[in-house]
Amino acid sequence: MVATVLRVKRCLLRLRKTRPKSLKVLRFKKIWISNLIRVHLLAFDKNRIDTREFKGNNREDLLRSLARENTQLLINELWKLPTERVKDVIVAKLPEPTTPLPREKPLPKQKPPTKWEQFAKLKGIQKKKKTNLVWDEVHKEWKRRWGYKRAKDDTKEWLIEVPENADPKEDQFAKRNVAKKERVAKNEFNRLKNIARAQKIKVPGMGLAPTSSQSKSELAQAASVAKISNASVGKFQQNLPKEKTPRNTGIRRKFQPVIGDFGGERQKQLDLLKLMGSKKPRLDITKAVNKQMREEDMDSSDKKKKGAGKKGRKGNMSGKGKGNFKGRAGGKGKVPKGKGRKPPMKQGKR
Amino acid sequence: MTHSDGIVRPKTKRSKRFLESRAPKPIENFKNGMIIKGGNTSETVTIPLRILFVIITTQLLHSSQEKHSRPFEDSTALEFFSKKSDCSLFLFGSHNKKRPHNLIFGRMFDFHVLDMFELGIEKFVSLKDVKKDKCPEGTKPMLVFAGELFDTENEHKRLRNVLTDFFCGPRVSAVRLAGLEHVLHFTALDDKIYMRSYKVLLKKSGCRTPRIELEEIGPSFDFVMRRSHMASDDLFRSALRRPKGVKPKKKKNISHDAFGTRLGRIHMQKQNLDKLQTRKMKGLKKRKGEIVADATADATPPKLPRTDE
Repeated sequence: MVATVLRVKRCLLRLRKTRPKSLKVLRFKKIWISNLIRVHLLAFDKNRIDTREFKGNNREDLLRSLARENTQLLINELWKLPTERVKDVIVAKLPEPTTPLPREKPLPKQKPPTKWEQFAKLKGIQKKKKTNLVWDEVHKEWKRRWGYKRAKDDTKEWLIEVPENADPKEDQFAKRNVAKKERVAKNEFNRLKNIARAQKIKVPGMGLAPTSSQSKSELAQAASVAKISNASVGKFQQNLPKEKTPRNTGIRRKFQPVIGDFGGERQKQLDLLKLMGSKKPRLDITKAVNKQMREEDMDSSDKKKKGAGKKGRKGNMSGKGKGNFKGRAGGKGKVPKGKGRKPPMKQGKR
Repeated sequence: MTHSDGIVRPKTKRSKRFLESRAPKPIENFKNGMIIKGGNTSETVTIPLRILFVIITTQLLHSSQEKHSRPFEDSTALEFFSKKSDCSLFLFGSHNKKRPHNLIFGRMFDFHVLDMFELGIEKFVSLKDVKKDKCPEGTKPMLVFAGELFDTENEHKRLRNVLTDFFCGPRVSAVRLAGLEHVLHFTALDDKIYMRSYKVLLKKSGCRTPRIELEEIGPSFDFVMRRSHMASDDLFRSALRRPKGVKPKKKKNISHDAFGTRLGRIHMQKQNLDKLQTRKMKGLKKRKGEIVADATADATPPKLPRTDE
């Protein structure tokens, strides 16, 4: 919008001073025409309308003359706009709209990133577009990469070689089917977890996720969940021989005795007051260190992203190749060094 | 489509596409509107409804509603219809003894009533009553609001906004100059609003801009302001919120001169002259056994004590 606030009032006053009264300046009858909002082809006239004049019989004529003047001013403004010729028609380009018209629906919410997307961003892993069709050597034709009638379809094989270390009586076809089903189930489970995280629903600790092999900690967690899953919430459950009580369980809140160490209590209260009174936030060292480490990771991933295009000799480097992408091991010294550092994957758990 | 926990999940591709078309977008489509005939209507109301249906260039649906729906008393029915038909503007016509010949101009945000204004028709001249050449259907009208009240009174200001929303037509980036032939003129005086519709005749004036003449083509209304419902400032502000990406971000340090050449300003970091690569000599080469002094400096930071959060 070009808000043309024609400050004609001042101009008019000056004219009156300099020129005789009889000279009527018709164009300046308008005191203000402002807020010319051209995108909606909209003009707005703030002038006071004479009520007495309006009550007479010639209301329609008055309205029309008012409209004519206003429209003339609007048209004058529109004719000033830059024009263009499109198919033998002269077209005026309208500027960006500035009239605030409300939306009909609220702004779309951004999708919260999935766990993988978070991780990929941290590590600077970018999506690569894969072609839809791939060359199938067996059929000698181009086939889809995925789905129905795909290339290298391992479900259509009529013969599977039994691996050396496998049980010869085991059905390899069935094994493959089961593996597939588990992969699908795991994926679904992860999808649901992502949804739960996005909606901030707290998911209760699941027993065991459908994975092929469970780690020791996972098993321990599952066992502890099973242990308290009875009517008495595990109160009368006896320990197994050599069973260790899992960490981070038990009494969390500790109360001081009602009458006890008065000096200590006093000091505690004073510390609290001091903390509340101070304007500086308390420095949480663990948090700060975590933040720092995370930032470093982000930086290094950014650098890697930028540097990737320039290098251009990834393919023929001996002993590196694809491994370069995944871990920090092949990172050629770009990742900040440090022996005692934990891998960034575990940061979320701390 | 399945409904669970307030989330509608599409089952088929088609319903997915449908839901996507209804979902909020950063840049919205044109607002649809619905024209609703209330339970009791007079001819002075139904004919304007029909005419406004033609004039308003946004896409509109025509529907008649149940007898006892009164937007000002209970807007749930309206909100339901708005959600069902994906319309955010509504024009409701009714007639009763207390409020004869009533039109309600309103709009929705997120399928809830944002503002609505009740205007009573005092005088009405139809399109048919004026025997003149009319504008073609779908012409983008020019809107002119005249009167001090549109600037000073909050209610009138908002009404101006609502009327703009109703009559402005599709948002376009360019307009054909010869096609500007329709003006809607709103005049606010006392508690009345005069709406007139004119055809623009472009005449030669001797200079570049043409001289215009107006010809009344109808319909014309004399409205009287009745009740109104305006959204709170908070809600209105949230409805005005613009998406982030739409406004182009200002690029720093890049300018163009008169010939269109791009000029950039670069801020260089201070160069470390100690590490400047000069002529290579065998004597200055680093040897294998040499220990670099600062390698140990950025080793592991000392383990920090853990503090409770």
